[in-house]
Parts: sequence; structure tokens; C-alpha cells
Amino acid sequence: MTSRYRDNPQALSALVRDAEVHRDVYIDPEIFTLEMERLFANTWVYVGHDSQVPNTGDYFGTTIGAQPVLMVRHEDSTVHVLYNRCPHKGTRITTETCGNTGRFFRCPYHAWSFRTDGSPAALPLPSGYENTPFADSQAAQGMTPVRHVHNYRGFVFARLSVDGPDFATFFGESLSSIDNMVDRSPAGRLEVAGGVLRYMHNCNWKMLVENQTDTCHPMVAHMSSAGTAIELWKRAGSQNPKPMAVEIYAPFMSPYEFFENMGIRTWDNGHGHTGVHHSIHSNYSAVPGYFEQMVAAYGEPRAKAILDENRHNTIYFPNLMVKGPIQLLRLFKPLGPDRTLVESWTFRLVDAPDFLLERTLVYNRLINAPTSVVGHDDLEMYERAQEGLHADGNPWVNLHRLYQPGETALAVDNGTTERQMRNQFRAWARYMAAEI
Amino acid sequence: MIAPADLIAFVYREARLLDEQRFEEWLALFAPDGRYWMPLEYGQTDRRLTASLMDEDLFLLRLRVERLKGNRTYSQKPKSRCHHVLQQPQVDVFDPAANRYVVWTAMHYVESRLDHQDLYAVWATHELTTIDGAIRIQMKRVDLVNCDAAFGSIQLFP
Repeated sequence: MTSRYRDNPQALSALVRDAEVHRDVYIDPEIFTLEMERLFANTWVYVGHDSQVPNTGDYFGTTIGAQPVLMVRHEDSTVHVLYNRCPHKGTRITTETCGNTGRFFRCPYHAWSFRTDGSPAALPLPSGYENTPFADSQAAQGMTPVRHVHNYRGFVFARLSVDGPDFATFFGESLSSIDNMVDRSPAGRLEVAGGVLRYMHNCNWKMLVENQTDTCHPMVAHMSSAGTAIELWKRAGSQNPKPMAVEIYAPFMSPYEFFENMGIRTWDNGHGHTGVHHSIHSNYSAVPGYFEQMVAAYGEPRAKAILDENRHNTIYFPNLMVKGPIQLLRLFKPLGPDRTLVESWTFRLVDAPDFLLERTLVYNRLINAPTSVVGHDDLEMYERAQEGLHADGNPWVNLHRLYQPGETALAVDNGTTERQMRNQFRAWARYMAAEI
Repeated sequence: MIAPADLIAFVYREARLLDEQRFEEWLALFAPDGRYWMPLEYGQTDRRLTASLMDEDLFLLRLRVERLKGNRTYSQKPKSRCHHVLQQPQVDVFDPAANRYVVWTAMHYVESRLDHQDLYAVWATHELTTIDGAIRIQMKRVDLVNCDAAFGSIQLFP
């Protein structure tokens, strides 16, 4: 196979202009391979939440980019991330997606066993390896750990590469969105709850990430779903109380001014968020008893400050989105240049009323499920783009909205700018074109 | 008086209305507080604090039906089609005194659009009642055999 990009940092850099990106970033198989090697290996990628592995020996199997990994609770109560293969023949170690393995992983093929930090415990008939150089092999080291793991208030991230930015440097101020989500629990803790919605998309993963801060599409692409919800509600006489579905759908049809005024904030390394001043989540009805619980936990000024923050979508570059006000997280898992698995996870605020989780689950079902009409609207646009980008007449994707020459990473801007998309691509180009 | 054969005929007819996209007539089969439920988990019992793929009251069902007709519903240009193949429905509960009937049906459901076609294996449970002598759906529960798999868009009604 010819290689146009692997050894050509100039060609990679040329794919990202100030406010345009070349279509190859979405459709080229070599670019996808390089993304796995350079972007997903060198950044801090979300693995899972530590409430998924509360007890010693609990594990959860997932991926970092294309790499199969598992997250496991070790006997010292820390969370470890291991490459999910037996060092012997490569067999996947986890038998279920999640479960409890006790103190040891035991490979189901030849019964090699390992401690939950990956170190070797035992293997049958060890005499067969005497007088061989086995002890010097990588297999003898046990399961290979991912060296760099960081548990931030329950959110477990990992970096595959040996060298690279440390966790705090990579995320910087963007961690304030996770803080706000966790602080919304009177106990300051979250738990994964309700089940994960998994939606397969035949499009590039970056289209999904970009769409999270695309504030000029809801009133157009979602006219069919959110617009129809409003229409039906009016036809029914707009009686109160407003059904939860209408409360959730209606803000999607807000006018451009609403999105202009909500604001966008960008940070270094491709992170950023919509909803600096308000968001589509700002006007949900109050939940009886919750504010009182928050005041008891934090005092009134702090409780108000936590609940007045209504950030819309926060991007943790490269492939995570967090919605603090409704405790929802979406992970865009790259499977191929034109294939992405979208996982939408929900959280319970520990010690808060159940109703908050109930509303979060309704939101997730109405917006993010493979059976969601809003999801159908979006996926149709992504798949049309994945197809249309093969048109040779114009190889560029345009990101000029509210572009200012010389713009920097740290900024607060008009909510309809495509600045966060440009911010992501600047980070993307830096990782992709780095001299290896 | 309702006979078991009427319940079975009702379930067959419901599938035919969906296949023929006669959605207004289909909506009329539901009781005013009727629901359409597609669980996310195998053997799911809770609808409130466990996610579902669909958990629709008549408002949400009507929203889907109206959306399918919409001029700006781009994910339905061109429209999807669907096809149900039912095993003989089995009457599990026949209780005229309580006006409660439950019918269980195994089926294969096909949804297609453009060059793409998906096949789902389904167990449907119809909780039925009568209103003014007519059979109505209190709850249609649709269990996909692979409910916890990752799916592309499911736009119509298994």
C-alpha cells in the first residue's frame, strides 16, 4: 500500500488550514491508522468510571482508540488499565464485558493467571519452560499494563504512550466541567446508572465530535423531531404541566440568538464547551427537595453557584463529550474511517432524588438512542457527509463561521462560532504531524 | 364477548397496519393511556431508572407518526419500509372479568431503506383490554433478542 502521509508531516499539516480541513481527515484509511497511532496513543483518552468497578477484582472491558483494554480494581483499591490480551497467545482475558475476576485473571485457553495489576501469578506445568529463554520473553512479564492512568474524581483516563503531556497539563481548566457534574451530587460522587445506549454510525468519529458544538444545526436538522413536538404540544392546547418530552425537545428549536448568546469557551489541546452563559438545559423544572439537599451539603451561595452553571456540551479532546447539568457522557469510539460506535452513559448523583436520574434517562432515550428521532436526524446528516466528501469537485470542509485571523486557544466567543471545531483541528494537526 | 381468536386476529391485524404504514389506524388501536415499550436489557422489569430503547406514550407515538410524514424529515427521504413475520400468537392471559388479556408472539421484523436492510428477532407481548367492546392496547412490549447490541437507526415500529 502506498503511503502518502506516514512519513510526510508537511502533507499532514497541509490537511488543516486556519478555517478549512481537507476531506482526507474524514475518509482516508491511512489517516485513520495514523490517528490511532499518534492521536489516540498520545492523548488522555476516557476509559470508564470507577463506579463501574467498585470492588476488588471488578473489571470492565473497553477500547482506547483501536486498542482492547480492561479497567480493573486492584487489591490496593486503585484502578488499573491493562491491555486486554493474554501474553501467551493473545486470547482476550475478560469473559464478560464486565464482571468480577476475584484476585486473579485466569486465561480461559491455557489457565495462565495474573494478578489484577497484570503481574504473572502462575501457569500450569511450569517445568516445560525450564531450560528455555522464557524468563526473558515479554510473556513472562504478564499482562502489559497501560502505564499512565489517572482517576479524576471517578473518571478514569489513560495515555498509551510512554512520553507525553501529564494529565493536568493536557486538560487544564477544562476539568471544571467534570467538577460541576460531580459537585451536583450533595455527596460529591457519581455512579454510572441506567445502562448504556450504543448507536452504530457509518461515519467518521470527528463528525460527531464537531456536532457537539455545532449550534447552527438544531433548528434546521431537528425541525422534523423537535419542531413536530412543539407543534403537537400547541395543537393539544399547551396545557401545563408541560410533558417532560416537550421540556427536553423544545429548546432544540430555539432561535439563532439563543445560541449566539449562550457562548462558546475554548481551551488548549482541543478542549472546549458550549453554554457559557446558559444552555438548552437551563430551564428544566425544579426537582422537589434537591436544592435543599445541595444547600445542606454546600451552603446556599456555593449550591447556587454549582446549579447556576448550565454548560451545554463540553468536549474533552479527542473523543469524549460531557453534559454536566444532566450527568450524561458520550464517547465516540472510532472503529474505522467511516464507522463509529457512540456510547451514551448516564450517572446517578449520589444522595440526590431519583427523579434527576429518571429525567437524565428520558433525555438519553429521546436524544441519543438508536431509536431516537433526534438521533435519526443527526445520523442522516453525518452519513450524507461521509458520502458527499468523496465528490472531487471540492476537497475542503469549511469552518469559517466567525473566524478571526490569529485566534488563540483560550477564548470566550459568540455561541455560533465554529471556533471550537478549529480548536480541535489545531490540536489534531499538532499530534498528527509531530516528528516521531 | 371477546374470544381468544379475536385477540389473535387483533395482533395479526396490528402487524399488517404497520407493514402497510396505516399509522393513523394503528394509533387508534391504543388505549388513551396505552404505551409502546422496547426494553434495553434482556428480561428488563424497570422502566423508570433503567434505560429503554423506546418507552412511548401516545404523545410520543404520535410525534413519530407525524414526523414520518414531515416534509423536512430527511432521514425518511426516501422512506423506510417494514415487514413482520409472526408465529401464531399465544394467549397467555384470558380474563374477561378483569378485562385483561395478554398475548405473546414471536416474530421476525425487517426494516429497510435504500440499499440497507436489517433483520431483528423479536418477542412481542400485548397487554390488551376492551373499551366500548373494542380491543385496545394497554402495553405493547417489544423485546429484541439482541436488545443490548449496538444498532444503527431503527425508525419504524417492530
